[in-house]
Amino acid sequence: MVPLSYYLVLSAFLFACGVAGFLLKRNIITIFMSIELMLNGVNLSFVAFAAQWGNLSGQIFVFFVMVVAAAEAAVGLAIIIAVYRTRDTLNVDRVNLLKL
Amino acid sequence: MVHLILFLVFGAVCVAGAINLILQTHPIQSALSLIVVMASLAAEYLLLGAEFVAAVQVIVYAGAIMVLFVFVIMLLNAGTEEVTHGSKIAEFIGLPSLLLLGVLMVWAVTHHSTTSVAAGSLYGDPKTIGRLLFNQYLLPFEVTSILILIAIMGAVVLAGRPEMSNIQADTPRKDA
Amino acid sequence: MTAMLLAMASPVTDIGQRIPQYADYVRILPVLVLSIFGMLIMVLDPLIDEQIHSKVLGLIAFFGALASLAAVFYQSQYPGLAFWNMVRVDMFSTFFQVVILAIAVLTILTSFEYMDTQRIRAGEYYALILLGTAGMCLMSSAVELVLIFIALEISSIATYILAGFLRRDPRSSEASLKYFLLGSFATAFFLYGVALMFGATGSTSITEIATALSGSYVPSLAYIAVALMFVGLGFKLAAAPFHVWTPDVYEGAPAPVTGFMSTAPKAATFAVLLRVIFEAHVPGYFWLIWVAAVLSMTLGNLGALTQTSIKRMLAYSSIAHAGYMLVAFASAPAGGISAVMFYAASYAAMNVGAFAIISHLGGFGERFVSIEDYAGLARRAPFMAAMLTVFLLSLIGIPATGGFFAKFYVFSAALQANLVGLTILGVINSAIGAYYYLRVIVVMYMQEAKGDIPVTPLPIGVRAVLLITMLTTLYLGLVPGNVLTYTQSSAQNLVAPKSPGNGTIKVEIDFHLSQAKPKVELTAPASR
Repeated sequence: MVPLSYYLVLSAFLFACGVAGFLLKRNIITIFMSIELMLNGVNLSFVAFAAQWGNLSGQIFVFFVMVVAAAEAAVGLAIIIAVYRTRDTLNVDRVNLLKL
Repeated sequence: MVHLILFLVFGAVCVAGAINLILQTHPIQSALSLIVVMASLAAEYLLLGAEFVAAVQVIVYAGAIMVLFVFVIMLLNAGTEEVTHGSKIAEFIGLPSLLLLGVLMVWAVTHHSTTSVAAGSLYGDPKTIGRLLFNQYLLPFEVTSILILIAIMGAVVLAGRPEMSNIQADTPRKDA
Repeated sequence: MTAMLLAMASPVTDIGQRIPQYADYVRILPVLVLSIFGMLIMVLDPLIDEQIHSKVLGLIAFFGALASLAAVFYQSQYPGLAFWNMVRVDMFSTFFQVVILAIAVLTILTSFEYMDTQRIRAGEYYALILLGTAGMCLMSSAVELVLIFIALEISSIATYILAGFLRRDPRSSEASLKYFLLGSFATAFFLYGVALMFGATGSTSITEIATALSGSYVPSLAYIAVALMFVGLGFKLAAAPFHVWTPDVYEGAPAPVTGFMSTAPKAATFAVLLRVIFEAHVPGYFWLIWVAAVLSMTLGNLGALTQTSIKRMLAYSSIAHAGYMLVAFASAPAGGISAVMFYAASYAAMNVGAFAIISHLGGFGERFVSIEDYAGLARRAPFMAAMLTVFLLSLIGIPATGGFFAKFYVFSAALQANLVGLTILGVINSAIGAYYYLRVIVVMYMQEAKGDIPVTPLPIGVRAVLLITMLTTLYLGLVPGNVLTYTQSSAQNLVAPKSPGNGTIKVEIDFHLSQAKPKVELTAPASR
């Protein structure tokens, strides 16, 4: 028996690592990987809560999150390639034609 | 007891992978640590009884998606990360609020869920999941096809080379 | 074994196995029509001759969006739940679908000319607009967080791609990148919120969440869930403090796309937020919305003051308008919901109109998008200048335009809810906003043109868009009664407690027809 909160804390930690990576990393691809890490953290929460409630819709949700992550990865990496073609860099700070 | 030990082992691997993703400076090493995280998460899913999700996690996430990442890293020949100073706002407001969020989360979930789960208490095998997907979740499942169609189109439009007829003399463009 | 497992997961499977009925399909008919036309375009794309390529595909997209609009009217006769309580067709969803599809039709009309001047690949462009619109239509009728999430992603991913469509322009791919990174960051927050909401209530269905949260004990997890979901949706709404991407993305994206994505996905996201907040009765949203409303109005208006590009200025103005709409959220449910709906419709009309002019005047590569380029427009193109003036006056909120009643209803809803401070801040912000809109009008009418900026005659598509949006703006400003009655009854409908399978909702069809083809007749002077 494992307390459910252990799973949830692990999930929160993964999510927080993802956010930290998003804020700290400078390579666009690594930033994108941090977002995937956040999604993984969320998935663990879904599966844990599904076990808590005895409701399989949590596991189904994870399945849909994975599909969306795959679609996002395809589009995101295509965008990264397009940016690399025009700017020749993968550093997010050098992609600054438009001021933020 | 075995359950707890397995949880702790895979949880530790997971945490190590996540931290390593942030610490590494080369994207390929970050990608590999992400794969470690994903694989150990699949083990955690198995402990929770989510058989189908665990399999899909390995096949789709660690398999397909991460291969795509590694492929793009290789394609663009991404090197070690340059050290530049990002947005100060992100670091000075983002990180403290992240810490706050983390503390809040841990407090909330430990208050909320005082129950324990036995290994495999909710059994999510492919048959059960499949039944649900094609009954109750039929509409989201079918709508996903639109999403994938859009993703395919997006990849073709954005990553494909611009057609020659489109390139005009008055807009300079660096070739990759 | 299987039977036991199915019984264990009773909340999910007790609906049983059934085959979707005719009514199920009717209740997603607009989405079906849009996806069929989207796929048709993709199939025909390689088959059509290069010369007439973009025109034919544009017409197909145009008729597809119109057919989908017709499907919404047909669908509104069949209110109720469909596909195992995944979607609900009611007056609320009908209203938002009409707004979203009208925006899609107008965007496609605007794009006819734009496709030719910018030499964009038409096939993917129109297909993406139709499929993205399908996602937005689903967002407004979905009542299950799984479907809401997927529909939200369809709409977001389609707009990420559309933002990067000007392949030759580094600004465009950069806009796409920023939009994508921050957008998927926001999606992760939304998703975490959904996960925690599932944890707090044990369900992802809006109705069941409402039941679970209606008890006296509300788990603390639900509050964090609401906050995280609001972060995610706030990004999509361009509400401060999640607005940093807006000016860059709106500036870099192609002008018709900017007009599209500043209105349609926003309207759909507002529909989702309304459903989540008022139909699911989530707790603890008030201060979140209050702070976001104040920040959005203030930062949006202050940011717009110093802009030199008209697209950037309208981007900041769209942040400010999201703030005004959030003011209505903070108010009491019935009045607030109806005010948001009215605001979404009138904002769509004026903003799509304004961006139609911007995309026409931009020229190849969108070179003429600074406010200075609009100097002396009144003399060079009186019709266009007059139209832009109407839209800008409406954005200010001058009486007799849709923008006036939109703001009026928002602030009166806020006053009814005793939000005096918020109302005062909103009115002060409207006054600040008047300055930068009027500046454009002054530049158009008072200043001499600098250099020779070509003004090509308006093509029929853009002309039609301008007439329709202008008539809608005036219609909403002169006779808002019909639309308001409709939004009010759909708002009451939304907050009323639901019994599953409730299918007795009266729908007034007359209003839709009158909005699609306003009865006001106006003869407009020819351009040039």
